[in-house]
Amino acid sequence: MPTNLSARLCTFVLSLFLIAFALPAFAGPFEDAVAKFANDDFSDTEEAIAAVASSGNKLAFPIISALQDGRLMADSDSKKVYVTGADGKSIDAATGEAVASVPDSASAVRLNNRLRRSVDAALGSLTLQSPDVGTRLQAAQSVFKSHEETALEPVDAALAKETNKSVKTALGEARAAILLFKSDATEVEKLEAVATLRARGDQEAMALLTGMGDQPASVTKAAASAISSIQSSLAVWSTVQNAWYGLSLGSVLLLAAIGLAITFGVMGVINMAHGEMVMIGAYTTFVVQEVIRTRYPGLFDYSLLIAVPLAFLVAGAIGVLIERSIIRFLYGRPLETLLATWGLSLVLQQAVRTMFGPTNREVGNPSWMSGAFELGQITITYNRLWILVFTLAVFAILLAMLRYTALGLEMRAVTQNRRMAASMGIATSRVDALTFGLGSGIAGIAGVALSQIDNVSPNLGQSYIIDSFMVVVFGGVGNLWGTLVGAFTLGIANKFLEPVAGAVLGKIAILVLIILFIQKRPRGLFALKGRAVEA
Amino acid sequence: MTPHMLTRSLDRGATIFLLVVAAIGVLIPLSNLLLPAGSVLQVPTYLVALWGKYVCYAILALAIDLIWGYCGILSLGHGAFFALGGYAMGMYLMRQIGTRGVYGNPILPDFMVFLNYSKLPWYWYGFDMFWFAALMVLVVPGLLAFCFGWLAFRSRVTGVYLSIITQAMTYALLLAFFRNDFGFGGNNGLTDFKDILGLNVQAEGTRAALFALSCLALIVGFLICRAIVSSKLGKVLIAVRDAESRTRFLGYRVESYKLFVFTVSACMAGVAGALYVPQVGIINPSEFAPGNSIEAVIWVAVGGRGTLVGAALGAVVVNYAKTFFTSGMLAPYWLFMLGALFILVTLLLPKGIVGTFNAWWDQSKEKRAAASTSAAAEDGVTQPKMAE
Repeated sequence: MPTNLSARLCTFVLSLFLIAFALPAFAGPFEDAVAKFANDDFSDTEEAIAAVASSGNKLAFPIISALQDGRLMADSDSKKVYVTGADGKSIDAATGEAVASVPDSASAVRLNNRLRRSVDAALGSLTLQSPDVGTRLQAAQSVFKSHEETALEPVDAALAKETNKSVKTALGEARAAILLFKSDATEVEKLEAVATLRARGDQEAMALLTGMGDQPASVTKAAASAISSIQSSLAVWSTVQNAWYGLSLGSVLLLAAIGLAITFGVMGVINMAHGEMVMIGAYTTFVVQEVIRTRYPGLFDYSLLIAVPLAFLVAGAIGVLIERSIIRFLYGRPLETLLATWGLSLVLQQAVRTMFGPTNREVGNPSWMSGAFELGQITITYNRLWILVFTLAVFAILLAMLRYTALGLEMRAVTQNRRMAASMGIATSRVDALTFGLGSGIAGIAGVALSQIDNVSPNLGQSYIIDSFMVVVFGGVGNLWGTLVGAFTLGIANKFLEPVAGAVLGKIAILVLIILFIQKRPRGLFALKGRAVEA
Repeated sequence: MTPHMLTRSLDRGATIFLLVVAAIGVLIPLSNLLLPAGSVLQVPTYLVALWGKYVCYAILALAIDLIWGYCGILSLGHGAFFALGGYAMGMYLMRQIGTRGVYGNPILPDFMVFLNYSKLPWYWYGFDMFWFAALMVLVVPGLLAFCFGWLAFRSRVTGVYLSIITQAMTYALLLAFFRNDFGFGGNNGLTDFKDILGLNVQAEGTRAALFALSCLALIVGFLICRAIVSSKLGKVLIAVRDAESRTRFLGYRVESYKLFVFTVSACMAGVAGALYVPQVGIINPSEFAPGNSIEAVIWVAVGGRGTLVGAALGAVVVNYAKTFFTSGMLAPYWLFMLGALFILVTLLLPKGIVGTFNAWWDQSKEKRAAASTSAAAEDGVTQPKMAE
């Protein structure tokens, strides 16, 4: 926000130069009001604020906003007041003429809490008629929050001129908030105000309605009914919000588990180093971003697009290497595989710790992934949304790959009946290596996405490994759809338990539920049937 | 009956092992207490505590070997039973602090005063009595293992699935014990112990006694394990390990056998934890970390799965290596070595140290036997000629 404000200020200062040329300066009520800032007296300052704000002078906004930021300099000897810009240039507050430098005797005009409120209110009304839609909207919202009685007139004035629909609504709400607290407003006005706030229906509206103090009986009654209506709509929104958080967590779980669904679910290899593949993907992103930062800073927004295939290749290649050098000797000995891959995970973690250091590495968000937007009463951040989209895309591509490509066909054949597949001329050991590489590569891709929301440290993988296994086991081994359903079920269940039980207890409850669930269905939600079960 | 069971269960290796443990259990405390400090043969107190720790780990490894080596149950959550036993002992030791704590509250341990507890939580009742705490050391892990095993074995959760849910169990406990309002000291755990049975835990005599006691527990645990695995019950366990379905079809109630041995193993792990805590002086939630349990499994794998002696040996060897390498300039490479150990042992030494040695011993014995019989045969052939 401050950058935005100073940018706006700069354009304003520029236009001031033009005005300064066009209009000869003249002494009048505005100049007298400005001079009061130099008196170093709180009540004079307050008068000055009110006078400047209501003057309609173009300089009013820069003066008041400078006052708010402590950039309004006053020289008590010469009664001169200056506005210093964020860029170091200064103008004379009374005339708008540029000055070379502010005299040393000038000091910033002091404010106290009461004055700060009137500054806020003054700024609010000043910006209500700004040509910029965003500024007007913001101003209307700030009036809604402060609901100072003095703002009623400027709001009414702005409302009469306003053409933009959303600003008009915001102004109407601001007006309602003021009227609700205005002691001499008529009952009809207040009832209208309650209705407006009820239509707004969010936490802030409810806070205003509950805190409005003594009111006529009819208003109190209307407010009570408005509050209960707002409460029920808020409850709906909080459910929607939990569902969204749950979907978001579920997408993260799915992303982390999807590679495991291949290596563990399809191949039956208990890969405890799976989390480290995720970590390698995240570090690949870090390296890509470092190279881009130092060599090609313009490409930063594309860093993730470059990192995704690279992470897939790096993690996939390491996966193939692991399969060829360790895992292929351990087929049919699942518990030994578990121990060997656990050892491998220690080695990989320590290797990354030696190369990149034990501390968190900074991975930035590209511009299209930062920020958020509002959907009704909930805020959706772009990075979470993109991760959900990305996860579903990866899932769809993987599914299509297994279904429609020759390699996918071979993979399924080897999984279902190794000896038969070998008799048909499929090079089973090559397919094993590629399948493991695929699972690891997908874990690497997951690392790229998770680097956007989690700390990139050597322990990154460890925090996902237990959750990933839970997802795969819960969903049913050997079934990608089971993994999808499992991940979203666990994610949503977790987020709905969290407000009730707290974050940690919620997680414990989920773990206990999974343990109990496995008793009931030892092979997960979607169990494979037939011969594959015993294999 | 019992002497017969014991003699039958002891082969030469086991006897040597027991004698070595007994000798260590007697000699180290004696040398520590009787010889003057600075003498070449005197074992410093810090080493007594360190080796006491190893012996406790050896008991834990024994417990894991009993279920993994003889019944095929790979538990990745045995650290949880170890830690629960440790917490039971830690609670007793906390209650013994009494008014000597920082806040001087006669009933509440320091952390409870700090967290504004008004009275002792009900599950802390009774832990001021040693016999009760000692009972809980067995009962709490045993009960958890019984309930967990009853659910898991009855619904035939086996192999990898069992490993993963045991891991989930210890992870859930880790999260729970990290919470301050759970009543076990949260993150910091239980520490700052003063007395055990009226004796100062820091005193040399107490430490030596605890060490001897740990060795005794190791011997008793070993004898129990040997008795189990060499009995008829043990034969069924091995049958379950090698062909679970077939054993079931032969009419054995597989889940009862598994449940029994799992519970016994958990109790042993609890005892190991209870002996560990006063010697180390602290118990905190990190003992529940899934990594610890997996590390304990690797001790067994290194020493030799299904040999008992190997499990204890593996625990001591790996932990000695850990102490040795994490203290010097090689510290940053310890995880590389531990990781490589996991991989190499599973790839190249699947039977572990003792298992490989046994196989080699049997093989060379067979060779010698074969050599002597063939020599005898040759004699037999030549003899008639001589007679002619």
